[in-house]
Amino acid sequence: MATLTTVRPPAGETPGRRPRRRRERPGIKGFRRSLARHWTLYLLMVVPLIWFVVFKYIPMSNAVLAFKDYNVIKGIWGSPWVGWLNFDLFFHNPVFWTLVKNTFVLSLYTVAASFPLAIVLALALNEIRTGLFKKTVQLVTYAPYFISTVVVVSMTILVLSPRLGIVNEGLGFFGVPAVDFLGNPDYFRHIYVWSDVWQTTGYSAVIYLAALAGIDPALHEAARVDGASRLRRILHVDLPGIMPTAVIILVLAVGNIMAIGFEKAFLLQNPLNLSESEIIATYVYKTGLLNADFSMATAVGLFNSVINLALLLIVNVIAKRITGNGLWS
Amino acid sequence: MTTLTEERTTTGKKLERRAARARRIREPRTDRIFLFCIYLLLVVFLVVVLAPLLYIVASSFSSPEAVSAGRVRFWPVDVSLRGYQAVFANPQIIQGYLNSLFYTVVGTIVSVTMTIAIAYPLSRRTLVGRNVVMTLILFTMLFTGGLVPTYLVVQSAGLLDTRWALIIPQAIGVWQVIIARTYFRTAIPDELVEASQLDGCGDLRFLWAVVIPLAKPMIAVVALMYAIMQWNSYFDALIYLKNPDLFPLQIVLRNILILNTTGGGAVDASVVIQRQQLADLLKYSLIVVASVPVLLIYPFVARYFTKGILIGAVKG
Repeated sequence: MATLTTVRPPAGETPGRRPRRRRERPGIKGFRRSLARHWTLYLLMVVPLIWFVVFKYIPMSNAVLAFKDYNVIKGIWGSPWVGWLNFDLFFHNPVFWTLVKNTFVLSLYTVAASFPLAIVLALALNEIRTGLFKKTVQLVTYAPYFISTVVVVSMTILVLSPRLGIVNEGLGFFGVPAVDFLGNPDYFRHIYVWSDVWQTTGYSAVIYLAALAGIDPALHEAARVDGASRLRRILHVDLPGIMPTAVIILVLAVGNIMAIGFEKAFLLQNPLNLSESEIIATYVYKTGLLNADFSMATAVGLFNSVINLALLLIVNVIAKRITGNGLWS
Repeated sequence: MTTLTEERTTTGKKLERRAARARRIREPRTDRIFLFCIYLLLVVFLVVVLAPLLYIVASSFSSPEAVSAGRVRFWPVDVSLRGYQAVFANPQIIQGYLNSLFYTVVGTIVSVTMTIAIAYPLSRRTLVGRNVVMTLILFTMLFTGGLVPTYLVVQSAGLLDTRWALIIPQAIGVWQVIIARTYFRTAIPDELVEASQLDGCGDLRFLWAVVIPLAKPMIAVVALMYAIMQWNSYFDALIYLKNPDLFPLQIVLRNILILNTTGGGAVDASVVIQRQQLADLLKYSLIVVASVPVLLIYPFVARYFTKGILIGAVKG
């Protein structure tokens, strides 16, 4: 689905490129012939395909639960229909707008903070010559991406701890009293977003570095001959060069705004910051698996999936307009 | 008149200067200042990323008293290994470590096998129906049933509270299928398939004897992606497992680091303080122990990871 380049390989095969080779023939007849010829390959696909049906498509059909009053004994299909009742209850629940707002604000803030920083890091790295320093910076900034969410959250909690944390110690040095960062809902979003930036900027920069490496060096040389300074070359050669990549990444990020991960928000949550940290994903987990209200949780999850799908489709149209190429073919 | 000639000479001088600048190999001073700023910026990035890591590592090698008193900055104080001794004396952590090793090894083998089994047939151009299958697979990236419907499937499959609950429901990553399929399509020339068919080599034997050896670098990347994902994941264990004996390391980490449950009743005041100090220290050491395996291998795979991102970036 996700494309970072604007190169589109030809759909199917290029006709006439290799006239000798027998091309696939669509239709039942073509399929029968293909089956006779490649039956081992079809056999190979059976287990993964069953996996996709069982773990991806059956859950999709199970989502019908959102329109039912789930009863363990009667099962999914035997439970009585209630129509849109679960959605109605959810939309009129006072928590609804808080959840939507928290989810949106948290993801938009994350995109707004991490998107430009990754580009800045890539542009800066691209300016300096390959050497030990460049390699070190790349390797170190890339490292946090491989650390698990649990560890990153634990590190955040330790570093910001009011009793032992080094941040509060630094503040204490300037005479500022200790702050309970995680106990105050006002700080939650900043903690979430900036720890995310800390973890992923180096990784995100890699994609831009690859795009920068693809820029024709002749452009840079021409600009130099014309007397363009480094800054001007960044602005007029590098930035336009990575623009298509940047647009796709931004558009994808916006399209995935509702798909913000459960893990980190849940781990950073505590009863004190819940007013800001409760997002749709964590709410689904709590109603569904902790309170066992399966139908309601399915309805909320379905609402989230549908919004996300709609966003992705809209965003795909926009991407097609801007770059002349969709996110998927 | 005079102003005109003056202007002409100044423009001439400007042109000359510009020409000289173009000829010069050394960079102009503004550029050198700019470059200096760039180095400065990169140093800031480096320090910001490195500082928390250094703080954690330094604390982990300090004494419990120094950590509890908040005396550790970026260098160990009263160097001691008591934090690590406490980590390795904790049966919960050891059990979690072993469980995670099991999940990572078995999970990676299952995932890689399944990924190749679906990606290779989909890469063959003469296979009728591959586009339909690919569309079905890609669609799962756009729309999912959600948490509870998936949970119910896992429940009815009888996987709840078994080791398989962490391996099977997450076995195939669509992203990895795209990477593998693109690699098979671009790195294995069609001529090779045709030649082998002329020699009477079947599809499966071709896959085993030619494709897999040729695709080793890609398989390594995909395997490492799965391994790191499996090592770092905790969500599936959170929802599917109740039995503490099956907990992977990340769940144990969460219990100790975030929920602060180290266990053990209070005896008397001094013991309590000592225990509290050791519990504080243990957190730092535990973070190091849990992250070291991944951080040790990542410099070797970082290069391939980048390649993997790029392969996946080409439309499948």
